[in-house]
Amino acid sequence: MASYRVVVVGGGLAGLSATMKLAELGAEVWLISLTPVKRSHSCCAQGGINSVNNLTRQLGDSEWAHFEDTVYGGDFLQHQPPVKEMADWAPRIIDLMDRLGVTFNRTPEGFRDQRRFGGTLYPRTSFAGATTGQQLLYALDEQVRRWEVTGHVRKFEFWEYLGPILDQNGVCRGCTIQDLVSMEIRTIPADALVIASGGCGVIFGRSTMSMACNGSAVSRTYQAGARYGNPEFIQVHPTAIPGSDKLRLMSESARGEGGRVWVPRKPQDPRPPHQIPEHERYYFLEERYPKYGNLVPRDIATREIFKICTQEGRSVEKDRLCVYLDLTHLPRELLDRKLGGILEIYEKFQGVDPRSVPMKIFPAVHYSMGGLWVDYERTAAGGLRVGSPRNQHTNITGIFAMGECDYQYHGANRLGANSLLSCIFSGLMAAPGILAYVKDGDQGARDRLPSSLFEQAERLHKERFQEFFRRPRDGDNPYLIHQDLGRVMTAAATVVRHNEELDRAYEKVLELEARAKRCALSDTGSWTNQNLVFARALEDMFPIAKAILRGARMRDECRGAHYKPEFEMPSITADDPAETRRQAEAWCDRFAENTRRWLKSTIATCDPDGEPTIHYEEVDTSLIPPRPRLYGVVGGQIIEEVWRERQKPQVAATV
Amino acid sequence: MTDSNGSQRQGSHRPREIRVRVRRQDGPGQTPYWETFLLPYEPDLNVISVLQKIAALGKDAEGKRVPPVAWECNCLEEICGACTMVINGRVRQACTALVDRLLEQQPDEIRLEPMSKFPVIRDLVVDRARIFATLKKIQAWVPVDNYLNLGPGPRQSQENQELAYLLSKCMSCGCCMEACPQYLKIEVPRLPGESEDDYRRREMEITNRAFMGAAALAQIDLFNSNPIGAMNARERLDVLIGEGGIQVCGNAQNCVKVCPKEIPLTTSIARMGRAATIHMVRRWFDL
Repeated sequence: MASYRVVVVGGGLAGLSATMKLAELGAEVWLISLTPVKRSHSCCAQGGINSVNNLTRQLGDSEWAHFEDTVYGGDFLQHQPPVKEMADWAPRIIDLMDRLGVTFNRTPEGFRDQRRFGGTLYPRTSFAGATTGQQLLYALDEQVRRWEVTGHVRKFEFWEYLGPILDQNGVCRGCTIQDLVSMEIRTIPADALVIASGGCGVIFGRSTMSMACNGSAVSRTYQAGARYGNPEFIQVHPTAIPGSDKLRLMSESARGEGGRVWVPRKPQDPRPPHQIPEHERYYFLEERYPKYGNLVPRDIATREIFKICTQEGRSVEKDRLCVYLDLTHLPRELLDRKLGGILEIYEKFQGVDPRSVPMKIFPAVHYSMGGLWVDYERTAAGGLRVGSPRNQHTNITGIFAMGECDYQYHGANRLGANSLLSCIFSGLMAAPGILAYVKDGDQGARDRLPSSLFEQAERLHKERFQEFFRRPRDGDNPYLIHQDLGRVMTAAATVVRHNEELDRAYEKVLELEARAKRCALSDTGSWTNQNLVFARALEDMFPIAKAILRGARMRDECRGAHYKPEFEMPSITADDPAETRRQAEAWCDRFAENTRRWLKSTIATCDPDGEPTIHYEEVDTSLIPPRPRLYGVVGGQIIEEVWRERQKPQVAATV
Repeated sequence: MTDSNGSQRQGSHRPREIRVRVRRQDGPGQTPYWETFLLPYEPDLNVISVLQKIAALGKDAEGKRVPPVAWECNCLEEICGACTMVINGRVRQACTALVDRLLEQQPDEIRLEPMSKFPVIRDLVVDRARIFATLKKIQAWVPVDNYLNLGPGPRQSQENQELAYLLSKCMSCGCCMEACPQYLKIEVPRLPGESEDDYRRREMEITNRAFMGAAALAQIDLFNSNPIGAMNARERLDVLIGEGGIQVCGNAQNCVKVCPKEIPLTTSIARMGRAATIHMVRRWFDL
């Protein structure tokens, strides 16, 4: 049996790809997961996975173009070498997944089919029906099961990670875990620990994320000293189906095929939608953006729908925020042919036929771009040195992070169909570096560590567990506190952000945190106690929630998913050419100044009392110089002209 | 009356409250009991939100404080398979069980029970480890040489992809096993002093001799039809005709009716039946 043991927390695409590769390289992997890994959140991804391919190459695409789109989409907030390496690996990753049996859609000639996805010029996206994430996850799950049979992998499913174990030098030597069935708490000595636990959408109450995505594994690592990067960057998808339990995605293609977004002119008009005459409907996107209508860019659609329901109080329903997305004016035949699949999803979960009744939709928290800070080792060519133990290594020696729970690949905003890629890439790419780290380390250290180190950790977590049972029974209900937390976070820290609101939300979150620490259990048994597991995870949501709020409060600019109207760049208002030019010059000055001030990663560290301390980290933008994102900006053309002129002398100087 | 989401389904029968009866069990081997909960009616609920509201409520219909019902869930989009349970007598996922629809069919109450073919851990949580153990037994994977860069997989026809995709959507939820008269519950009692590892090993030996179920038969079909998977098809066929294999199937055809992913299980089983026959003949003649 292999002599190096790596513990992987999380069995989605990132955790499984790391596990599979580590096992191939000869490590013994212990895999910890809240659910059987086949049920991980990766299965929810529908659209596909991006890579340059033989077809797009002939249209002028390249790895570099994919890299550039990702960086531009992320508003330049990510270090460029890891992104470049990811784009370089992408075609090889798709090939590997193809060999592993992923049921990618085919062309009549038998090649993998690709489709075009939002924001790119090329059909880069490989897909497997409408459930690409599920198919990729299953292929990795199958490979890991194979390694389980050979004894290289040992799974702990229905076990929860409670925290890392650090020695007196701050080096990670293992972790503490708990069996969610028997509630047994135990420690595992390990040579390295990998956190691949996904996003933290559950902090926002309901989101498009799965119930396991509560951020607690990341939070426990952050509370143990790991840095957290770009917490404030949370992607919100404009159209989701609000359910009382979850917000489920509604594809943008509904608007693409002619869907119209509206609210009654009379707020909360009680009449059913078809009885509301045309002139009493407010098609707010069409009225406010006559040029783009319902097909405004994603971030604008998200903001407008959010504003009309919150600030303007025009939600269709009184108790629930939503607007109509109306397809009922379109022929049924067209809807069935072009939108059949997604309309069935709506029907399945809402029990209503969207061909005859307008859908009710609202934006939903969808992805966390931020996550645990991780390092990388850059090559002279601007890529990564594969096999370097620095890759995906957090600031805690011996702890690595990858997948949605790292901050590395998506900057201020994630490009569609890049998440599956970043998860598989970070897992595969990091594995040789992790092995290099454990081999280079203190040989056999695992066996020489004092048993007191592990006993102490076990005692600590047992004590935390027992404390819940000693609480007075009249405390608050943790489920209700969670609902409040979700409401506060959603109102203040999603689509539109204002400093006063963020300040108020922070106060409210502190108050909720104090209540959560006193919350009462309604289940005081010690067998499969989901009540306690939830209450504990809830407590651990607060440090991350506070990092999100603080990061957003301090960042006085607009970048990617982070939008503060007070600091929005102006449009060009002049008609006169000279004045237009002057405004564009001023615009570029301000942009350059803003870049100097704010093109920095937010890095949060957790103080002993759970409060975040923020500092900023320079971003490696050495491969593609930052430039303004001008999509939809009035006067964009002249701004671009001025910006280009300014870049020329610099380019000449560097050549 | 029939237009907004609410009024269409509320009709004139909108109840004031929802009565939910849950078959609970505190732990393995313990006696199950029924508990009733009352929730104020709201439109557009599913069984997941009902269970969430029961947890937030913290008391039963008589106002007695009771522990929240334990249940398993994750994606809430009917793609992870976790929240499978028996709802009003039918096995299905709780996330797609819409309360308004359930009340239309049976207005007086919603009845929730754990699956009966798997050992109960607590309340609606059952131990489905057997499903995953079977995937090991049938070698449900593509046996690639390594994870290095060796180019793409083999080209495949659209027809082959479409079939594979159908079979590959199996989320190991257990519905087909719950509905199958040949798939029987196995609950292996623990021996005194037995370690967890020893217990799991012994349990697996026992379950591996029992019927593998429709999902596993379709997975053999899936991997044997994969161009690389086909290279060790004979090993899977050996398992197919072995103990707990296809001969146990009684052709009740319940599996295909309850599969939430509409996997053509009986078509797969028929195809596997033919493959088994050919394989047996070959083995007689040592081909």
